[in-house]
Amino acid sequence: MCSESCGCSSDIVGIIEKYDSDKRNLIPLLHELQDELGYISPEVMETIAEKLGTTVGQVHGVATFYTLFYTKPRGKNIVRMCNSTACHIEGGRKIREAVSAALGIAPGETTQDGGFTLEVVSCMGLCGVAPAIMVNDDVYGNLTPEMVPNILGKYREAS
Amino acid sequence: MAFYRAHILVDTGTPAVLKGAMGMKSALVDEIKKRGLDKEIKVVETGDLGLHGVGLALIVYPEGVIYANITAQDVPEIVEEHLLKGRQVKRLVYTGPSSAVVDGAAKPRSREMRVILEHIGVIDPTSIDEYIAHGGYEAIAKALTQMTPEDVVAEVKASQLKGRGGAGFPTGLKWEFTAKADGENKAVVCNADEGEPGNFKDRLIMEGDPHQIIEGMIIAGYAVGAHEGYIYIRGEYHQSVSHTEKAIADAREAGLLGKDILGSGFDFDITIFKGAGAYICGEETALLESLEGRRGESRMKPPFPPTSGLMAAPTVINNVETLASVPRIIDRGADWYAGIGTEKSKGTKIFSPCGDVLYPGVYEVPFGVTLRDIIYNMAGGIKGGKRFKACLMGGPSGVLVGEDALDRRLCAEDLAPGAGALIVLDEDKCIVDLMQNCAEFFHHESCGQCVPCREGTKRILEVLNWWTTGAGSEDDLRLLEALGETMSLTSKCGLGQFAAVAFKSSLPLFRDEYLAHVKDKVCPAGVCAMDKVLEEVK
Amino acid sequence: MAINLTINGQAVAAEAGDTILTAARRAGVYIPTLCYHSDLMPDGVCRVCSVEVKGQRTLCAACCYPVAEGMEVLTHSPRVRESRRMIVELMLANHPQECLTCSRNSKCELQALAREFGIQEVHFKGERKMADVDTSSLSVFRNPEKCILCNRCVRTCEDIQSVAALHASKRGWDTTIVPGMGDELASVVCVNCGQCINRCPTGALTANDPSSKVWDAIHDSTKHVVVQTAPAVRAAIGEEFGMPAGSRVTGKMVTALKMMGFDRVMDTDFTADLTIMEEGSELIQRVTEGGVLPQLTSCSPGWIKFIEYYYPELLPHLSTCKSPQQMFGALAKTYYAEKTGIDPKDIISVSIMPCTAKKFECDRPEMTDSGYKDVDYVLTTREAAQMMREAGIDLPNLPESEYDDPLGMSTGAAVIFGNTGGVMEAALRTAYAIITGTELDNVNIEAVRGMEGVREATVMVGELPVKAAVAHGLANARQVLEGIKNGRFKDYHFIEIMCCPGGCIGGGGQPQPTSEEIRKARIKAIYDEDEAMTLRKSHTNPAVQKLYEEFLGKPLSHKSHELLHTDYTPRDRKTVKAVKVKVES
Repeated sequence: MCSESCGCSSDIVGIIEKYDSDKRNLIPLLHELQDELGYISPEVMETIAEKLGTTVGQVHGVATFYTLFYTKPRGKNIVRMCNSTACHIEGGRKIREAVSAALGIAPGETTQDGGFTLEVVSCMGLCGVAPAIMVNDDVYGNLTPEMVPNILGKYREAS
Repeated sequence: MAFYRAHILVDTGTPAVLKGAMGMKSALVDEIKKRGLDKEIKVVETGDLGLHGVGLALIVYPEGVIYANITAQDVPEIVEEHLLKGRQVKRLVYTGPSSAVVDGAAKPRSREMRVILEHIGVIDPTSIDEYIAHGGYEAIAKALTQMTPEDVVAEVKASQLKGRGGAGFPTGLKWEFTAKADGENKAVVCNADEGEPGNFKDRLIMEGDPHQIIEGMIIAGYAVGAHEGYIYIRGEYHQSVSHTEKAIADAREAGLLGKDILGSGFDFDITIFKGAGAYICGEETALLESLEGRRGESRMKPPFPPTSGLMAAPTVINNVETLASVPRIIDRGADWYAGIGTEKSKGTKIFSPCGDVLYPGVYEVPFGVTLRDIIYNMAGGIKGGKRFKACLMGGPSGVLVGEDALDRRLCAEDLAPGAGALIVLDEDKCIVDLMQNCAEFFHHESCGQCVPCREGTKRILEVLNWWTTGAGSEDDLRLLEALGETMSLTSKCGLGQFAAVAFKSSLPLFRDEYLAHVKDKVCPAGVCAMDKVLEEVK
Repeated sequence: MAINLTINGQAVAAEAGDTILTAARRAGVYIPTLCYHSDLMPDGVCRVCSVEVKGQRTLCAACCYPVAEGMEVLTHSPRVRESRRMIVELMLANHPQECLTCSRNSKCELQALAREFGIQEVHFKGERKMADVDTSSLSVFRNPEKCILCNRCVRTCEDIQSVAALHASKRGWDTTIVPGMGDELASVVCVNCGQCINRCPTGALTANDPSSKVWDAIHDSTKHVVVQTAPAVRAAIGEEFGMPAGSRVTGKMVTALKMMGFDRVMDTDFTADLTIMEEGSELIQRVTEGGVLPQLTSCSPGWIKFIEYYYPELLPHLSTCKSPQQMFGALAKTYYAEKTGIDPKDIISVSIMPCTAKKFECDRPEMTDSGYKDVDYVLTTREAAQMMREAGIDLPNLPESEYDDPLGMSTGAAVIFGNTGGVMEAALRTAYAIITGTELDNVNIEAVRGMEGVREATVMVGELPVKAAVAHGLANARQVLEGIKNGRFKDYHFIEIMCCPGGCIGGGGQPQPTSEEIRKARIKAIYDEDEAMTLRKSHTNPAVQKLYEEFLGKPLSHKSHELLHTDYTPRDRKTVKAVKVKVES
């Protein structure tokens, strides 16, 4: 079970031990804990630091360096809008504006109902189908602004 | 292997999946079953076929006919007509220029030459049997049984293979340094942290033919005396991870990974490491830091990884495309490989034209083809019949070239291709706007460790933000030029050293366009908002 | 084998393992640096030391680029000069332009580079990072706006002190050096040693400075302000006035403090001698009565906080003696008050320390045995010097004065408390006399001197082989504590531990900059001061003898325990709070 300070029911310690409590495995460990918990909370970072024999600052330093790790709760759906050069020249900005308008939030924000978190990412390697966005693990390419509301609507209904 | 009279390869690459590839595939399977053809025809999910901009696609073998822009509704017709009656559905047949996937059956109309992409779209990437049936793992058998590690290094050296990640360091030399370096626990690391905008070739190889990467890594391990391998895959590449994971598990099962590979006494195993969203980790020492569980901040060099890499042990780090080239070199010999390409650039290179081209995708060609050849003869030319304006070679960290470069040859002695991205701009695009986007990229991806990169990428972005909105002045132009020079000279790693290269290369080509923005406060292409100018007028 | 290279055309013979910088420095060639610090592993992040190496595509960071045979280096070529200017300009563009009101004005390394490179205008006119100043700690204030991300503090805290209170967080332009998870410094594990301040090139890290309160007390005619000066201060404060490191200014400093208006200028050295009497007696008692051994010294408050956090189970090893500062404080408001007839509530007790952890120590709740706060304000050496400057005092040219009685007299054994090995040596000088009944012929006990991080020695005290160890810097202390845990120091009697490299002379409150060379010069001054004293053994201090006669009785007496001894508090690293249960001594 989780350390007493956290109070959640996930087997955080079990996951950490699966990685031999080895500092070298911090990144795969953070991936798995985030998959389990949605984000890496301060309490979780403390537990990791304790188990890995490192400082919470070191864990925090790593967790805040990589854009795929979240230290705050995020929405049910993550919308990643690609800002790669290929997407940009194919009209990426208009797609981003359409997504922001449809959700009513700016990049980096989460909708009030917790349904969506919006992010801008550097490149998703989808330059062949630019402009592209990703919703969770799903890819949408060759987009036009008109397609955006329908795509997001599917996730709104599902959640 | 069961015998099928026909194989249908369905593009289930990342972009295809949400265009409905899985639905189309199950419709296909159902239809084949309904017609009682399921014992004769095999439907294979393949990775990204490299055919972009053509909707959903599938290929029917042995004919090698490509159907593009198909929907689930088209499936019964294809099955009925082509598979049952042997008549191609002409209205759906893809007649565009050949792409990576087009096998020998469809006559290439260009100078494409598939070495690394040979199996892509031909085999099921999740089947080790198919890889083996197509000659896979023969190179490792040859290396382990007929060659000494020194022979392997010599062969790779003789092939003159150079790193395909952009820097172009001779692979054989890198292996030799690592082989000769003192140290326990040597490692082979495959750099699959493809993050440069415009590049997606490594994703395609991992999704479409992961076994050749594994085979290349085993050979590298044998050559340098390493027993552990790591594939560092960027965290956003879900399907690359799953296909590579499956391939590793199958290879282990087949005795091709693990202890005593093929009874040779050589041990080697591979671990997949998922990145977490940091372009800097494509820089090899930042990648090592990340592999060791730390922030992806580049290390001081020297020492270089072949002397002191992962956990300070001698380490070979090669790009996906580089490692994927290795089995063919061992298989067919260095002479064969060195016979391809130009004097200084041997072998083939995968390019990924995108942006304003008609058929974005991946194309493998021998070094030395011209930029025009790829853009016009393979990628279909500029969309909408527009005029070519410029091409960003390799992505934001590459150089920008204009029309006069179209007939230059892509090779070390002429136009260096970088990692292979060709971001093409048509006449309607704005260079200043393009550079603003590149600046955003580097500002977002700088690790923040060294001053020139951290502070420099910020200032470049600020100035470009001003220019694209009508603010800023001509003085900034000179300032950025000088800043770019300092960043190239003094940044700690390649990210900062190359962050201003595109800008610097664009200045002499498009100085008038810059001056229009900073002096006349006009964006000639009409792309930039220039809203600060309006504010001033008000 | 020598490695031959040329620097600016001049032939230079370097050694294997040299970087361009170390080779150049040895050859007397100057290369500017910023993130480089001689105490730390190079990081190569500021790029100010970039030099041109023939054949290289880019410039190379001299601080971390290894020399090679035949290398041709240019340290000030036009490309190099242009690049350095640009780099410093980039830093200045993201730095508050408030040098005039910065505490590091004229002692800032960034400012010095700007002057050296002749930068008179910052051409970049963009955003500058904004952040709040963190004043939560009793010792160390952080101003992230002035931080240039050189990582010196991070490396110091992690590599020298093995505490790692500070880390880089986020990335790119947003990178910030933060305590813990971006918390206030007071809410993370920090031992208050101030080593980070000593190595900070700018004003991003400064000490919590109480000098205005001290001025108020001096100017308040109803208050009687006594000041004590720690041993290490006299060997360093001259540097603040442009004197070379290692200048001994004891008498001048006393004159200066009297000129500033302190009512009594007395000496922590007095209570250092007293510490030896108490701590030495405690050691003898532990040895003869079977107490917990090895006994660990307790005069370094950063070290105390460290063991409370990391090795609470070893607290019984700590001597129960208060630090000399706190012994002085307790006596100032009891013995001294009694003798002078001044109401202790009117006494303000100020100390001048080489240390920022002392600011934390004087605030510990248990340090009120006099019935008042034993020490009211702690000034660092730097802050005391600043007050002297404000008072228009030209320290180097002052006449010398003597310390005031009754807490002013001391011996050479007390002054060597200021450097690593000194407490050990002082204790051995007195223990020898107590155990053997005879006096040492040669009081210089070379076996415990030196700069090595951990030193071990067996010293014959008559027939008794005393096994002793000395450690300085907390990463070295950690090694010793692990050794105690795993039994390696099982048969040791006495171990001296100092929080800071070099001991107190390298403390976090000492003049900037710091380096091994500077610390060695200060240590030499301390030993010279000891040599120059007529009395060099604590038990021969007549004022200490008188204190026992008039007030305390004898070492380890009831009154001694009441005023001069203390107990320790295990601390929880997670909550950063003191744990309720105390370990009884």
